[in-house]
Amino acid sequence: MTGKSIFSPILINIADQALFLRSFLRNIWKKGFEWEEFSRQSYIIGYRSIGIIALTGFILGFVLTIQSQPTMKQFGAVGFIPGMVSVSVIREIGPVIVALICAGKISSSIGAELGSMNVTEQIDAMEVSGANPVQYLVVTRILACIIMIPLLTIFADVIALFGGYAATLLDTAMSARLYFYKAISILEFSDIVPSFIKTILFGFAIGFVGCFKGFNSNRGTESVGLAANSAVVTASIWIIVIDAIVVQITNTFVYS
Amino acid sequence: MEQVIEIKGLKKSFNGTSVLADVNLTVNRGENVVILGKSGEGKSVTIKCIAGLLQQDEGSLKVFGNEVKDMDSQELKNLRRRLGFLFQNSALYDSMTVRENLAFPLKRVAAIKDKKEIERLSTEVLEAVGLQDAINKMPSELSGGMRKRMGLARTLVVKPEIMLYDEPTTGLDTITSKEISHLILEVQRKYETTSVIITHDIPCARITADRILIMNNGHYIAEGTCDELENSADDFIRSFFK
Repeated sequence: MTGKSIFSPILINIADQALFLRSFLRNIWKKGFEWEEFSRQSYIIGYRSIGIIALTGFILGFVLTIQSQPTMKQFGAVGFIPGMVSVSVIREIGPVIVALICAGKISSSIGAELGSMNVTEQIDAMEVSGANPVQYLVVTRILACIIMIPLLTIFADVIALFGGYAATLLDTAMSARLYFYKAISILEFSDIVPSFIKTILFGFAIGFVGCFKGFNSNRGTESVGLAANSAVVTASIWIIVIDAIVVQITNTFVYS
Repeated sequence: MEQVIEIKGLKKSFNGTSVLADVNLTVNRGENVVILGKSGEGKSVTIKCIAGLLQQDEGSLKVFGNEVKDMDSQELKNLRRRLGFLFQNSALYDSMTVRENLAFPLKRVAAIKDKKEIERLSTEVLEAVGLQDAINKMPSELSGGMRKRMGLARTLVVKPEIMLYDEPTTGLDTITSKEISHLILEVQRKYETTSVIITHDIPCARITADRILIMNNGHYIAEGTCDELENSADDFIRSFFK
């Protein structure tokens, strides 16, 4: 295979994504923002994910505490467990796990929904009726992800602390007040802000990838499944790459 | 008579395969033009070019006297406000009820904000297509014929001047097909629309057409009324009517 044939599809894909991004950015500011659809998407993306996020967050804190207890005991450092759990969950594990779950749940669902609308010509119908499908379908979904993913992450972080406290109670009779004091007092501004910014980028990646894959799916029923599958895989890769970049930037400018 | 659609030397190919090769067509105001042809001949591509969903490779395509390919996004939007497109599978918005499907173009295209006015126009157009009882239903609860009627209602609700029908009777039983064909005719009379109808369905063509064009290998090879084409000397043309 020649160099041209290897790189052409990649470059075309990058160009398509850049054009899609430009179209998204232009349509955010256009008159006639779809508030109703934005609220509906926020409800679907945020409220309907609460159950799975709560369960994951609780188990995350619970498991992290149980697994660290034996080692911490050896060093007589059980009192540091709440702080250790809160820092690791808030800085890294919480945002990444929530984002990966949302990539599976939300990005795939957006990819499948828009892919199906594409196959059944619903997007063409919107366009030909004079409505703006990017404003109605894309802007609302990406912005809902940008807002709801950080909120879901905060929720998961809080639930993870409760999970950690529940696991602590199995081993030690620590009061809730002491546990949460130790967990929260250790946190610094530099733990919370970069992590929060990271969740906004994760939200954008989840929404953008889902919309791009769905909007650009081929015209066939098989492409709906492919769009959903490809959305999950691509969004997960984006999340890991964004995480690596943000951690590097944070280490360079905040912790150094 | 005013020509609302004027196509000259239209060419379109996909991945090197020519679909439209030198298509010429004029449609006069108030006329019902039916395009017949085998599958894959580019009939749907023609009306998608008219609606600006696809752009031709070569040739001229004017709607209301304006070249479609030269239009900017606002001009295209303004043109589409005057066009109605009934898709082959109706393309109803799955996640919305019938009421919401009708309100969608009214709010965004006709820019009507008053809920009572939206309700009045929705009820009126549903009555016109005989679907007044389905206003609260989801598209998944509608039968094939009802979906076509609903698709037609959603298009008509903004009162377009040109209607483009892509296989309006495909997948329907004979009786429902006839009902939809008569509805197309009724719509043309009531709303004074100009129509371009893509179909394989000869009874539909008989009922609706003022003029029929037959497409083969990306060209229009014959034009005339149903009776003229049915009695053509050309076997291929007659074969459509057997």
